Amino acid sequence: MNQVELACDVLIIGGGAAGCVAAVEARERAPELSVVVMEKAHVYRSGCLAAGISALNAYLTTGETAESFLRYAIRETIGVVRDDLTLTMARELNAQVKRVEDWGLPIPRDEMGAPLKRGRASIKIFGERIKPILGKRAEASGATILNRVNATGLAVQDGRVVGAFGFGVRDGTFYIVRAKTVLVCTGGAAGLYRPSNPGGAAHRMWYSPFNTGAGLAMGIRAGAEMTSFEFRFIPLRIKDAMAPTGEIAQWLGAKQINARGEAYLEKYYEHLGGKRMLTQDRLYATLMEHRAGRGPCYLDLRGVNPRKLDGTIAAYLSMAPSTAMIMSDEAYYAGHGGEMAPVEITGGEPHVVGGHGLSGYWIDSARRATLPGLYAAGDVAGGTPKKYASGAWAEAVLAVRAMIDELRSQPAATALAPDVVEQERTRVFAPIAQPGPVPARDFEERLQKVMDEYAGGISVQYGYAEGTLRIARLHLERLEGELEALGAATPYELMHCHEVIDRVEVARTLLTHMSHRRETRWHCYQERLDYPERDDEHFMIFVNSVREADGSLRIIERPVERATIDVVLPPLSDGAVIRQPFGNGTLGDSSDPKD
Amino acid sequence: MGISVDENLCNRCGTADEPMCVRDCPGDLMFIKENNKAAITDNRECWDCAACVKVCPTQAISMQLPTSLVVRGVTLKGRALKHKTTWAIRLRDGDVHHYDTPSTGKPPFTPQL
Repeated sequence: MNQVELACDVLIIGGGAAGCVAAVEARERAPELSVVVMEKAHVYRSGCLAAGISALNAYLTTGETAESFLRYAIRETIGVVRDDLTLTMARELNAQVKRVEDWGLPIPRDEMGAPLKRGRASIKIFGERIKPILGKRAEASGATILNRVNATGLAVQDGRVVGAFGFGVRDGTFYIVRAKTVLVCTGGAAGLYRPSNPGGAAHRMWYSPFNTGAGLAMGIRAGAEMTSFEFRFIPLRIKDAMAPTGEIAQWLGAKQINARGEAYLEKYYEHLGGKRMLTQDRLYATLMEHRAGRGPCYLDLRGVNPRKLDGTIAAYLSMAPSTAMIMSDEAYYAGHGGEMAPVEITGGEPHVVGGHGLSGYWIDSARRATLPGLYAAGDVAGGTPKKYASGAWAEAVLAVRAMIDELRSQPAATALAPDVVEQERTRVFAPIAQPGPVPARDFEERLQKVMDEYAGGISVQYGYAEGTLRIARLHLERLEGELEALGAATPYELMHCHEVIDRVEVARTLLTHMSHRRETRWHCYQERLDYPERDDEHFMIFVNSVREADGSLRIIERPVERATIDVVLPPLSDGAVIRQPFGNGTLGDSSDPKD
Repeated sequence: MGISVDENLCNRCGTADEPMCVRDCPGDLMFIKENNKAAITDNRECWDCAACVKVCPTQAISMQLPTSLVVRGVTLKGRALKHKTTWAIRLRDGDVHHYDTPSTGKPPFTPQL
């Protein structure tokens, strides 16, 4: 078996939105540093941004501040959010957007020079080429890019992360990368739950199906502390296409209507805030309409100027091209030049994704994980919701600055003990030459079925209870025990094996977190049928976990610390508002339906 | 359903090196067959991101939606040019709709909205 050994100052695991910007930041700020990027695909079109995006949803538009962004985040997560992370990220947003604009990302601006606003924290972009723009910059930075290398594990020695392992997905080469500091930015985890579309369309999903939770799993295995997995992000999406609704809801101003044609957010859910309700309640209200017999629900495109619709189709081509095809096909049925039919909306399958929700590595404001030498940024990092792409850039930059600081005082890289290397090599290549191998897809489907039915998937409208979680845990334990039957004939199949191994690891942590939060704080995302009420007295906390050496998970409860860093926040009505269901409007500001 | 390759048009990017669709697929699904033509390993794995569609220099690759969503007949082609991407959506009746999307530009960027 071929083997490649490398040593560097900065190892970046994952060459997506965060990873590419991290590479450039490291090389620009400290050109003497050697930087390696380990990327499972190719940096030109990998990760969440492969298809492109049509908006940046984390940006301080005119009049907004880091503090107003934080108030919006606090309201959206009903109090459980890391103020320090959110503020430090928000302060960095506009500078990083400007940086990528200078690299060639087209951002339309008004006559005053301000980016065109789609919402209070959202601007329009022409982002079809966004990933090649980032990838080429990362390449030109002088970082060593290892494309088509799937990272499998962190190298931990004497409690410190000193590198990572991986294998070439085309040639099966084993990679050993020693590093003085490691940044993990591999994205979140898709494919934990049965997806909304069947069989041949199973990957017609919102989140990248190639983001399989590798970074989360390697952190869990290494004993890094993880937070808030139970805050599952469930997107409200255009049905079938599973594309974001913001382009229609925000840009065209289309209302959410039920099957009777009523604007249901305003008519039936004023108590949740009406059309200014939280992102989670937009989905919750849509489910409630279905249960009340008034479903399905739609975004109303009737009356939209067809010329503007062309712009919307173009925007979808720049981020979710299949949606443009479906909309064009719908328009064909509606008759040429005829009125556009309303677009049906529905919830997707749950994801563990820290860029939208709260789940991921527990980090400090320098983006340090709990293991020395390890940093996290982007969708893999927890505690800061509403980061999206531009927030991932901001976090990457913050992490790299702290890494450079650490490197200035850091001694030479340690050699890797042979047993640490051999243990991972054995684990990674176990599925090769397996007699009577079971393909990864079988395990993937079984995992997704269990999670869907017993851990709050689409088929049970996201609800779960201790009893169902117990069954899920039992099935998962059995499944874990059978993973040794996984077999692969090629390196590509080996990648699929590790994707499912990693997903099972993430799912196990997820179930433990779901079980611990005995309240319902985040409708749909965290819907406990046995504890349907919010319980601020006991659960205005972060639920964290650490995997012990024996494989068991230890739960750690961490308090919410409200704006303790160097910033004076506007008064939050002494916290009393937070304890009221969904706030009363004084806590934060209207949410934007951009998710 | 993902993508399909028109073998009459595919010329392997006219290179002995790695063709661009093989380089860019985020799922590592594209490969070159023995006859030197590009192909996809498994359309069920395709994310419909159109990376291969846009980068193909001979427009040999087109995208179809999974049959469970839209029956065959609706296809998408695209071409990444320096500052824009051009698109063609072919509908069931054979009508083709064309779109352009800006892709790169130096600030200040002035779009034609």
